[in-house]
Amino acid sequence: MEAVAAAIALSQKNLLGIADLSPEEIVLILDTAEAMKEVGQRAIKKVPTLRGRTVVNLFFEPSTRTRTSFEIAEKRLSADTLNVAIGTSSVVKGETLVDTAMNIEAMSPSMIVLRHPSSGACHLLARICKAAIINAGDGMHEHPTQALLDAFTIRERKGRIQGLKVAIFGDLLHSRVLRSNLLLLTRLGAEVWVCGPATLIPPGLDRLGVRVTTRVDEAVEGADVVMMLRIQLERMEGGYFPSLREYFTTFGMTEARLKRAQPDVIIMHPGPINRGVEIASEVADGPFSVILDQVSNGVAVRMAVLYLLAGGAEDETVA
Amino acid sequence: MKRLLKGGRVVDPASGLDGRFDVLIDGDRIAQVGSDLPVSLAEGGEVLELGAGLVVCPGFIDMHVHLREPGQEHKETVATGVLSAVTGGFTAVACMPNTRPVNDNAGVTQLILQKAREANLARVYPIGAVSRGQKGEELADIAELRDAGCVAVTDDGLPIATAILARRALEYTSMFGMPVIEHCEDQSLKGDGVAHEGPVAASLGLRGIPGVAEAITAGRDILLAEMTGGHVHVAHMSAWTTLEAVRQGKSRGVHVTAEVCPHHFTLTDDLLTAPIPYDTNAKMNPPLREERDRKAMIDGIVDGSVDVIATDHAPHHYDEKNVEFDRAPFGIVGLETAVPICLDRLVRVGLIRLPRLVELMSVNPARILKVPGGTLAPGSVADITVLAPDLQVTIDRAKLRSKSKNTPYHGWTFTGGVAATLVGGRVVYSNPEAGWPAGRA
Repeated sequence: MEAVAAAIALSQKNLLGIADLSPEEIVLILDTAEAMKEVGQRAIKKVPTLRGRTVVNLFFEPSTRTRTSFEIAEKRLSADTLNVAIGTSSVVKGETLVDTAMNIEAMSPSMIVLRHPSSGACHLLARICKAAIINAGDGMHEHPTQALLDAFTIRERKGRIQGLKVAIFGDLLHSRVLRSNLLLLTRLGAEVWVCGPATLIPPGLDRLGVRVTTRVDEAVEGADVVMMLRIQLERMEGGYFPSLREYFTTFGMTEARLKRAQPDVIIMHPGPINRGVEIASEVADGPFSVILDQVSNGVAVRMAVLYLLAGGAEDETVA
Repeated sequence: MKRLLKGGRVVDPASGLDGRFDVLIDGDRIAQVGSDLPVSLAEGGEVLELGAGLVVCPGFIDMHVHLREPGQEHKETVATGVLSAVTGGFTAVACMPNTRPVNDNAGVTQLILQKAREANLARVYPIGAVSRGQKGEELADIAELRDAGCVAVTDDGLPIATAILARRALEYTSMFGMPVIEHCEDQSLKGDGVAHEGPVAASLGLRGIPGVAEAITAGRDILLAEMTGGHVHVAHMSAWTTLEAVRQGKSRGVHVTAEVCPHHFTLTDDLLTAPIPYDTNAKMNPPLREERDRKAMIDGIVDGSVDVIATDHAPHHYDEKNVEFDRAPFGIVGLETAVPICLDRLVRVGLIRLPRLVELMSVNPARILKVPGGTLAPGSVADITVLAPDLQVTIDRAKLRSKSKNTPYHGWTFTGGVAATLVGGRVVYSNPEAGWPAGRA
């Protein structure tokens, strides 16, 4: 199905970013996720693969979707899960990330799933911890499992990634979802376009192997996949654009703008969506939208990542 | 007491000397420089036969260091800072006023000078604040600071907040012939940036600081120096656009000088990616920039547009650096790595010759700050740096004598080091492995 064959195992102990994955490893994760998706369709949605292993979900930022998705994935694999969220931990007492990590590490978890507002926080943890680190979003850097679930969803719908035109719209400056998707999609041979207001395009983005435009029509033209990024209200307060209304009229994805895309275009969004800001409700809820498929697939992809990082080992448990 | 340094290559551009000469020191002054001076001249003193290849230079002066005292003694003290300085071959340092409290009054200046006298190693020249509390609102008592011993003023760590205050500082200091040292960085463009704005920051998801943030403030202050007749010294220049502004100013006859730090002509922001991703010891302000900027700094050093190499020695405690990249403080230590880097990456590779290095690290800092040194002419202070250009030096952070170890050069090997440092005729640092006569210290 893909131009590249799957690897047989992951070469790294952690998943810090798509940057560390070869195309073959990406395909391995996507292929493994297909088996995991089947587990989720059974009456008893549970396999004993990670029995006896402890996974700590360490979240320094609010997250509903990603944390829930990881937790369901962990439970379906029979891991013992523990959620540590800022506000309930000693972080509020001024403990450093390193000290928090060392204390959790001292209790010998197998894996730590980290969400943190600072880019590179997962790399810092990986240098300290023996536990495998899974990046659940670090600052403006990467959100690798989001890109993997996006790729899984694209592949499920289109049968391939190679050669597709994927157009990504929104806040290109602050988005970790964008960075992971750029790396993944270009590695698997997609033609990636990115589009947003010039104020939200980081200088140097054009040197990362993607086409950059500020014209929505140019990016949508002939697109197989349209991916919207969330526009955060604080960006308007930061002066990046004048108003939400103007953002929508200039960059919002509407049915009219979508007419330039391929007839079988799919519409994606990592959520949570801002209706009437980056995307019209008619588009988000329309026939091309795969936004809820992304959420379902997130569980399967995270199961695959947990399984592969745990060593893949007891493969009889998946079958 | 007399000391006779025999057998070295003397490089003293201020006297036009570059060759095999002996140097006679009498007390704290240079007495004589000449060929084959008779040993009898040092009667009652000592004769030091220098190992082959050693180079005797006027003492190196680092005009941009942070000694952290008073207020942040867990990072560095005046005593540990000057120990680090003489170990790195510097006979004098000029220390920045962003201490706690800020050096914006004679009391703090006197405290620093008192600590320096107690340490009795390198000379210490305090630099006062431009504005009271470095708040950018009103001028500090600059004449009092000067009378107490300050050699320049700056709000380093921050630029002078407004054009009007920069204008007044340049006008006011012109009465005393003091330079205004400027940390050039437009604060609105810097925002909460932590790395050079470019492809590396874009891919690492780090907030960027564009090169023009530096050039804009430099341009402002060069125009104001031109208007007022004041002297602006551009600190830690890092961006090619700033170098262009400095060149233009110089070509119009503006009194502008500029310094570059070793890290800005040896490293780029690629160091944020590998070998240690998000290495907080590669985080400094101004940030490591891209190849075009690094190359421009070299060009400026070679063609004379750059006046000074300074380290921006900025010690930070291990705990402060062992955090998320965007939460770590800016800065690296530099006093003990500068000479090896410069000897290897500028002189050994043939970009510049030794006399030019001595201009950059001794002659020009002395001239800009109007402090003693910068020459070995008879009658001048016997502040001497003895270089060992062939010495292999591997940087080991555990062996740094600074209180802090935050260097990105750990494990790097350079050809070139320091054989000895003499301040006021006293040997305050010596390295027998580098060819300094053993048993003499």
